[in-house]
Amino acid sequence: MLIKMQDITKAMQEKARELLQNKEVELVIGFSKGSLPLRYTPCFIRQPEEAEKLAWGYGCENNLAVYLRKRPEKMAVIAKGCDSRSIVELIKENQVKRENLVIIGVPCRGMIDRQKLSRLLAGKELREAEIKDGLVAVQGKDISASFPLDQLLYDSCLTCQHPNPVLYDYLLGEQVPARGSDTFADVAGFESRPPAERRSYLMKELSRCIRCYACRQACPMCFCEECFADCSMPQWVSKSSLDVQANLFFQAVRVLHLAGRCVDCGACDRACPMGIDLRTLTRKMVRDIQELFGYTAGISLDEKPPLAAPIKTAAGHV
Amino acid sequence: MLLLKKEQLLAWLNKLTQAYQVFAPVNEEGCVSFKQIEAGDQCTLDYTNSKVPPKEVLFPRSEYLFCYRCEKEHVELKEQIDEHKKVIFGLRPCDARSFLLLDNVFRNERFQDPYYLTRRKNTVLVGLGCNQPPATCFCTSLGSGPFATEGLDLLLVDIGDRYVLEVLTERGQELLSGMELPAADQEAREAAQKVKEGAAVSSRVTLEGLKSKLDVSFDHPLWDLIHEKCLGCAACTYTCPTCHCFDIVDEAQGNEGCRVRSWDACMFPLFTLHGSGHNPRPTNKERFRQRVMHKFKYFVDNFNATACVGCGRCILNCPVNLDIREVIAEIQGTEVRSNKQ
Ligand code: SF4
Ligand code: SF4
Ligand code: SF4
Ligand code: SF4
Repeated sequence: MLIKMQDITKAMQEKARELLQNKEVELVIGFSKGSLPLRYTPCFIRQPEEAEKLAWGYGCENNLAVYLRKRPEKMAVIAKGCDSRSIVELIKENQVKRENLVIIGVPCRGMIDRQKLSRLLAGKELREAEIKDGLVAVQGKDISASFPLDQLLYDSCLTCQHPNPVLYDYLLGEQVPARGSDTFADVAGFESRPPAERRSYLMKELSRCIRCYACRQACPMCFCEECFADCSMPQWVSKSSLDVQANLFFQAVRVLHLAGRCVDCGACDRACPMGIDLRTLTRKMVRDIQELFGYTAGISLDEKPPLAAPIKTAAGHV
Repeated sequence: MLLLKKEQLLAWLNKLTQAYQVFAPVNEEGCVSFKQIEAGDQCTLDYTNSKVPPKEVLFPRSEYLFCYRCEKEHVELKEQIDEHKKVIFGLRPCDARSFLLLDNVFRNERFQDPYYLTRRKNTVLVGLGCNQPPATCFCTSLGSGPFATEGLDLLLVDIGDRYVLEVLTERGQELLSGMELPAADQEAREAAQKVKEGAAVSSRVTLEGLKSKLDVSFDHPLWDLIHEKCLGCAACTYTCPTCHCFDIVDEAQGNEGCRVRSWDACMFPLFTLHGSGHNPRPTNKERFRQRVMHKFKYFVDNFNATACVGCGRCILNCPVNLDIREVIAEIQGTEVRSNKQ
């Protein structure tokens, strides 16, 4: 039974070593320990003896599918549930060749949201953390506290319906049970507010936007050759951040471009240095796609993406 | 050295807002940045460092340079130079140093930037020493430090219920006019000294030899892999107090518009894309190399200073935890190889 993170780490290193040694792949993309407490960082392994750098923990928060496009070599990737769903969509969109990819799936128990933690610590600096028996013990100057793990997980992990990889060649560790169904209560709550209120909430959030495009860059599905936000002839959206409206417009179009493709991994939201709530928008769109087309992105290779398939209505195909 | 009771702070800030535009750390949803405050109670001095550096006060994310209106026979131009007197209150010593570095860019033999320089001339800097430097700060390796005074007009040292105020320039003195603060007594001075000694910056980078390595490393294979996890966003450059690249565009409608300058980043492909479609920095490798080279080599070549103050923001804000300290260490660890080899 592989439940402990250390066991998964070990199995991961062994599998990577074996794949590289047998020349089944040239590259393994995974995580190694990061430079901040609780943080893991994407890493690229090419030599069997480097496989020991790989690690697994509650800070493997990046969606590694973002690294898979346009790579000529055969490679392996460590995939959580959400990463695997993005991979499914990327394969369907002809961005990744299935035969070039070895997917090492890892059932995911959720990742720790360091922003939630920092709010709990009221801005005090986290210096060390240890996770044991569902508790996160944190240390810092003038702090020593312990929090239940569940309290610290990303919201996207708390609503995640697919913690187990949907597509994989190898699976490390035991499948984990999915959490209770996602009712999109947050989206319904947002929708129930008067339009002016919704607008002012989004405007307030986006007023902090510095247009760093970390959200776009972190998203595995945001891969347009030329993003509409970068286009200057015609210029669709103001390049400056003087106008909050333009920030909101950028985000709204980004989200619409992800209709039926967004897997609600939360990578964009996490990447935003300004802590802007992007998930309210992405989730609204994910829920709408489910309601309108009965489609959930990244579940099966065979199901056609809703915007590529003929639309079914009561009267038949359109 | 003067002494300021904490309960006097509000009144002082309120007074300053009468005569100056005061920019101070403001906490919005856990995100601290320098915002113009109307009253002293809007600001928080209980913070490690701001998310976005105070460079945005002198060099805003976006600013109008001038606005225009074209009539049949003539063009009407209105320049937008911001001449308001400003105070940046409670900034960290590393950020004060960043202004000295930015000065090189905006005021040199070839260019005088009136937009930045006018603001700069009219801005007084009130620093706040760092009693508890976070683990990501490595300012002492870059010529600054938690209580460095370089570039500041005043420095506040928090000794619990009071601040010891170091008056560093005449402009700083002016901010205190009418305040009649007592001189810091022996006890307060000792307390300040103790606070300074207790503020250890634990993180370091080695700059020695870095520049000469970079001098011959443009073609080094290390660039092939070092950028690999980088996503090519601008979280690092936009939150860096020394990064200063910008883009200028016209935002016009009909026959009137404004010329706008906005931050831009060497990490974006668009930054170097030519009109012809050619891009001299076609991939993330070249762009990442540029970012490192600019900070640790080109800036040294041009201005004899490193374009980093060790604030750690790029480390904290990078979505993939690409740590500049590790990048420096890796470059330092590589064998020197000549460009021509
Ligand atoms: S839009 Fe955000 S949540 Fe959706 S797939 Fe992209 S990164 Fe993930
Ligand atoms: S990551 Fe955040 S700050 Fe950056 S462009 Fe996206 S929403 Fe704006
Ligand atoms: S490079 Fe990083 S550490 Fe250095 S000044 Fe810029 S943000 Fe701060
Ligand atoms: S913040 Fe990180 S991912 Fe973004 S450009 Fe900088 S180094 Fe790359």
